[in-house]
Amino acid sequence: MELNAIIRTLLQRLLQLIPVLLGISVITFALMHLTSGDPAEIMLRADGIKPTYEAIEAARIALGLDGPVYMQYVHWLYRVLHLDLGISYSSNRPVFTELMNRFPATALLSGCSLLAAILIALPMGVGSALYPGKWFDRLGRVCALFSVSMPGYWLGLLLIYYGSVKLKLLPVTGMDGVSSVILPAFTLGFGMAGVYIRLIRSSLLDVLATLYIKAARAKGLQEWRVITRHALRNALLPSLTLLGVNIAGLLGGSVVVETIFSWPGIGKYVIEAIFAKDYIVIQGYVLWMAVVVVLINLAVDSLHLMLDPRIRLR
Amino acid sequence: MNNESTLLKVSHLSASFHTGSQQVRAVEDVSLEVRSGQIVALVGESGSGKSVTAMSILGLLDPPGCIDSGDIWLHGHNLRECSTRQLRKLRGTEMAVIFQDPMNALNPVLPVGRQIMETIALHRQVTGQEAKQLAMKQMQQAGLNDPAQLFSKYPFQISGGMCQRVMIAIALASGASLLIADEPTTALDVTIQAQILTELDRIRRANHMGILLITHDLGVVAELADYVYVMKSGRIVESGNVFDIFSRPVHPYTKYLMDCR
Amino acid sequence: MFRISLLKNNGVKLGAGIILVFIGAGLFAPWLSPSDPLQIHMEHKLSMPSWDYPLGTDHLGRCVLSRLIYGTRTTLYYSFAVLTVVFAISIPVGLLAGYAGGKIDQLIMRIIDILLAFPSLILSLAITAMLGASMKNLLIAFAAVWWTGYARVIRSLVLQIKEGGYIAAAAASGTSHLQIVLRHILPVAARPILVLASMEVGTIMLSIAGLSFLGLGAQPPTPEWGMMLNDSRAYIQTEPRLMLFPGMVILLAVLGFNLLGEGLRRSARDYDTREVSVR
Repeated sequence: MELNAIIRTLLQRLLQLIPVLLGISVITFALMHLTSGDPAEIMLRADGIKPTYEAIEAARIALGLDGPVYMQYVHWLYRVLHLDLGISYSSNRPVFTELMNRFPATALLSGCSLLAAILIALPMGVGSALYPGKWFDRLGRVCALFSVSMPGYWLGLLLIYYGSVKLKLLPVTGMDGVSSVILPAFTLGFGMAGVYIRLIRSSLLDVLATLYIKAARAKGLQEWRVITRHALRNALLPSLTLLGVNIAGLLGGSVVVETIFSWPGIGKYVIEAIFAKDYIVIQGYVLWMAVVVVLINLAVDSLHLMLDPRIRLR
Repeated sequence: MNNESTLLKVSHLSASFHTGSQQVRAVEDVSLEVRSGQIVALVGESGSGKSVTAMSILGLLDPPGCIDSGDIWLHGHNLRECSTRQLRKLRGTEMAVIFQDPMNALNPVLPVGRQIMETIALHRQVTGQEAKQLAMKQMQQAGLNDPAQLFSKYPFQISGGMCQRVMIAIALASGASLLIADEPTTALDVTIQAQILTELDRIRRANHMGILLITHDLGVVAELADYVYVMKSGRIVESGNVFDIFSRPVHPYTKYLMDCR
Repeated sequence: MFRISLLKNNGVKLGAGIILVFIGAGLFAPWLSPSDPLQIHMEHKLSMPSWDYPLGTDHLGRCVLSRLIYGTRTTLYYSFAVLTVVFAISIPVGLLAGYAGGKIDQLIMRIIDILLAFPSLILSLAITAMLGASMKNLLIAFAAVWWTGYARVIRSLVLQIKEGGYIAAAAASGTSHLQIVLRHILPVAARPILVLASMEVGTIMLSIAGLSFLGLGAQPPTPEWGMMLNDSRAYIQTEPRLMLFPGMVILLAVLGFNLLGEGLRRSARDYDTREVSVR
């Protein structure tokens, strides 16, 4: 019965996604028309090809920019639905394949960054809530403030300098074994942690003041069980909601961090494409990232459904 | 009734709240006694210190509240001298509590059955299956029919009265000899109120429990209690056998409370 | 009450102090800078701190301190420009959606939902890339992407304010819609909006410097902190001081605005709850 409720809610969400996905496709398509001047010509010039009439026409067809705008969109959408995001101008390979080759590295980095953020935020947030006003709480506040104020790109450079160049503890850049993910993941995770330290602290404080926590203590439960079994599960639900929003920030931040650490993911790839004026890659990248964010939000929603019976069964 | 052993004895208890440099007395020199199988009512208006007294007994007074002086004896243990750990063990085994607001006294994201099992697992070395069986038995004891169906329900899916019965089942499962009932019926419908009160009366006879009933409702007191303490502004102003209090109230405040009814 | 609690807050004082120092540095850049931030001295390139160059020189022999001081102008100017444009869009849109309700509200919210599906940094990155890398295009890109979140917050503020009986009373007495919005709703919403803005300056500064770091914002030879950091990457092994100073300056500036914003939010909340509890 409960499983049915989950499936029904998820199906509803999926249906609601259709207009959002369509809107995403329109905006992504429109991006190509933002270029000042003819993107086909700019691209040819960037490649050092003489923009003859024939070359421009060919480039237009390759970019899907021939014919009236609405027909361009329909053709483009048709191709996109068949996972055809066009051909990269600099590598002559399908954009979708290029993105897929690099996405696992980005997914790995994002996952590890999330883990790093949790490893920082959970103990700090919980500790701050358990000892409000004490030194640990103050440490948590300072830590949260630095987390939201620290430029990730600078933190990355500092870590490269002190972690790799000076102390020679960890590999400098690139993707080479387990240890190479530590520095970029920490860079990205630290920036994310601050918001969660604050949120976990405040929601845990709220939960600890509730009657059911008093009732759990009155049962004679050990304090650690009261915290882990009764308080945390309720206190972490708001953080889970925020997670859906922050995943987008995480993926955005991965562009910077991948560039600094030469991490072979799609963020570094898109920066290269931007400087090569490979517009079709930029377009494909934006579309793919938006779809990933939408799907992750769906996953977070379903996790929320599983963990909070109040949403599931009402 | 007088030959019953004394279960709970509170003597000269004072408690206060410390905010900044200020200190506000909430309970002043309170002494009371509960015997096994007895229902003792602590009556007063809100803010008179009833609940602070109850929470002091349980050792669950939230900061900035703290006990200043006095002794609390439960079954030969001096609770004021117990360590946090000992006090916690006593809460699980010797004393239990039910609250005014049963809907919020149960964890919203755990099925009610699990919350009863939790108490059982705390006291006895049992397998999961046995704990579940015991939990269902306690639910039936607390007047919940069809425990199998209720077991996996969440608190928000059942009524307030049922939530209170679940709380009673948890109290029963702990095997406590003292039950502190803090305004157990205030938040419930009138018809449900009567049922819960009857239930409390039944279990104190069946389980030979002592109940400290905290209420502002003299109707409840008249119906259920054996002995009454009347509290005002943190002090006990009058106490006595329920019949004496109702027939010959001495303190003007007691008379006032009766007139308010 | 609002003011008193603000002045008591050390974080606010510290934050305001830091911000004043930066604004001063930006205003008096020509007098404070020891040398011309754009002047290239290849014969002095990568030199260590000295009397002439208090923080040394970069890879083109330009004075690092002067570039940092002039960089304050770039960052502050564009941060406030972004903030202004973002609020110039989001306030009217949020007011319209919240006040009009119905179909208009639904349409606006749908568009916002769609825009919010894109990671904001990625979309502004892509728009800048399509328009061509420059500070002006960066401003356009940020404005196009960032108004959504604020419009949504302002809309919900308006919905809350509309609940108040005096709005209905004003409408009943024949006040025009525009007057209701301008006289009754906007003034009430103003303070929460200001608090929101103060909390976001830091984030905007981080993003501007971030895109400049990637080469999509300020273009050489404009002195800009993020670009200075990017320039320093090539010399991280030999001249780490080059990346140390710009990063520190960004951190300090953002810290200042975050301290102020957080303090404002906290005292605003105190004030509001006090107001509510009086009633």
